[in-house]
Amino acid sequence: MTNPNNATISTVHTAEFTSGHALQIPTLRILQDDGTIYPGAVAPELDKETALKMYHSMSFIRVLDERMLAAQRQGRISFYMQCLGEEAATVGSAAALDDKDMIMAQYREQGALRYRGFSLEQFMNQLFSNEKDLGKGRQMPVHYGSKDIYYMTISSPLGTQIPQAAGYAYAQKLRGLSNVTICYFGEGAASEGDFHAGLNMAAVHKAPVLFFCRNNGYAISTPANEQFKGDGIACRAVGYGMKAIRVDGADILAVYQATKMAREYALETNEPVLLESIAYRLGAHSSSDDPSGYRSKEEEEQWRKNDPISRFRLWLLAKGWLDDEADKAQIEALRAEILDALKVAEKVAKPGIEHLISDVYAEPIPELERQLAELKAHIRKYPDAYPITSGRMS
Amino acid sequence: MAKMNMLQAINNALDLAMAKDSTVVCFGEDVGHFGGVFRATSKLQEKYGKDRCFNTPLTEQGIAGFANGMASQGMKPVAEIQFADYIFPAFDQIVNETAKFRYRSGNEFNVGGLVFRTPYGGGIAGGHYHSQSPEAYFAHTPGLKIAVPRDPYQAKGLLLASIASEDPVIFFEPKKLYRASTGEVPEEYYEIPLGVAEVMQEGKDVTVLAWGAQIEICQKAIEMAQAQGISCELIDLRSILPWDVETVVKSVTKTGRLVINHEAPLTGGFAGEIAATIQQRCFLHLESPIARVCGLDTPYPLALEREYVADHLKTFEAIVASVKF
Repeated sequence: MTNPNNATISTVHTAEFTSGHALQIPTLRILQDDGTIYPGAVAPELDKETALKMYHSMSFIRVLDERMLAAQRQGRISFYMQCLGEEAATVGSAAALDDKDMIMAQYREQGALRYRGFSLEQFMNQLFSNEKDLGKGRQMPVHYGSKDIYYMTISSPLGTQIPQAAGYAYAQKLRGLSNVTICYFGEGAASEGDFHAGLNMAAVHKAPVLFFCRNNGYAISTPANEQFKGDGIACRAVGYGMKAIRVDGADILAVYQATKMAREYALETNEPVLLESIAYRLGAHSSSDDPSGYRSKEEEEQWRKNDPISRFRLWLLAKGWLDDEADKAQIEALRAEILDALKVAEKVAKPGIEHLISDVYAEPIPELERQLAELKAHIRKYPDAYPITSGRMS
Repeated sequence: MAKMNMLQAINNALDLAMAKDSTVVCFGEDVGHFGGVFRATSKLQEKYGKDRCFNTPLTEQGIAGFANGMASQGMKPVAEIQFADYIFPAFDQIVNETAKFRYRSGNEFNVGGLVFRTPYGGGIAGGHYHSQSPEAYFAHTPGLKIAVPRDPYQAKGLLLASIASEDPVIFFEPKKLYRASTGEVPEEYYEIPLGVAEVMQEGKDVTVLAWGAQIEICQKAIEMAQAQGISCELIDLRSILPWDVETVVKSVTKTGRLVINHEAPLTGGFAGEIAATIQQRCFLHLESPIARVCGLDTPYPLALEREYVADHLKTFEAIVASVKF
């Protein structure tokens, strides 16, 4: 008999449900809190240089987040989002990729961006929406992007990058590239229709995508238990016929190992893989949010002990790859460097008025040229009301 | 009367509607215990329980479809879409389902009582994903009603009328004014009818028409114009769909001039619809071309927001140009 339904038919004669909790996926842990490896676990092969780059990317983001959240509180930037608690998930996964693998992120993955080589100046220029920002000062802070380092520009609407990642990876495959696409999103975004559409398309069309779900427990104020009823997000992969793996998102060795394995599998088979990182959004959703209205300090403290950076630091110290004193001094120096870069970036001019109409289309359409000319005439009449642009118009 | 900001007035309206009618239910992302990211639904879960005020999963199309289902069963869902910029995953449910429920079933089923509340508009340094004014997309959809309040008093009355309406309503809330706009609001239940504009100020030389957060911008422009001896009539349209043609026709018949201001981009904006209707109805009374002061035909910018917006100076210039034409 043919099988037009594409479903296995194994007949039973007694009505019985399959439980909604029939599938429970274990969590990969390699690195213990004290920096030693779990008994029976094997640390992934990592050379010293890569391991230190991973560590320094995490520390960099930790310090940057701390400093820039403070800058937001001081009114120097309008908005900020921290990666706090998820540094290992974002850095560890990025480290397992090739430099030309595409990254399509949600908005809290600055760890991956830093690992790819986004410079301090580039971070600052975006955060201050100045004329050196690659995005021309058009998006809110933390909406980074860079073609050079294969990091797709962030879009605020949630989950839109998920089906796009399927398409991007499919294109990589058709062009014969030996690269995959990694697509980050949160457990909240996994409720969007785009999640389901994207996973299904990737599976059906065999696109080499690594769907990386950062299950950090909260979508703004909404806890995961009000977001879905299944066993996390990983089990959904099975419904779409793709492989899945769940990792401790505070364990950078586990994240690295799982992502590396998933990448190899995706490249070899052109099949997508879903990875789920279990961690905790230690900070607020954004600088506009205050978690004290929806979760307890005790809960936060409990997760704070699960720090992804200190665990890896202990591992590096034990291996003799990191010097305690030198590292502390380096972090202090980084603080000063970040502050200096901030002071430079905030003085850089905003984009010129021509960028109000550039990039809407490849070339401005005549109506936009007309609107700009009219606006310029208006600004010349009221220069004081438009101080950012009035002094610099041609 | 009590002094309220716009959020408090909206919260008060929801509270009254839920107290009055047990079929009124509020839901959306973070709407439950937290009370919404702007706190419009604050304390409602505490007061009415988790069955009537709750968080939903993060899916706008799910929220809209769920609301359609509840409303078709006879309840009155007030669904929040966290930002109007994020309403588009729900576009299919709203445009193809909400708007056509009654029509396609020959009135066997309808979703009257359904309200989508959503914060819209700029002025909060939100860039293009937290600043859009998408009313025109929905105004092109027969079957929907659309209302936009300008202050706390209007917000409460229009929202209560929306919930009481037999037709589904999209209620756009100017988030810039959520806390900035305060005023005296009656504590009791009252409705402000949908589809009726308000002449806020009478004048004889030019009619200035706007809605939502642009009203205060027009007021500033009008003050400047009045200092030059120009008498302006100010109309708050209040409802985009259906819109109050007669009130605008009457005003323009008197003044002979019309300046329309909206936040959304010029091309395809609702001002175009108004201008077309008014030139047809008032052609022989017009003394000057109908002017539109709108956002540019670009996504809403961040660094150059001030240059982009339909501000009071641009509105003032349009008023003067209209009078001097």
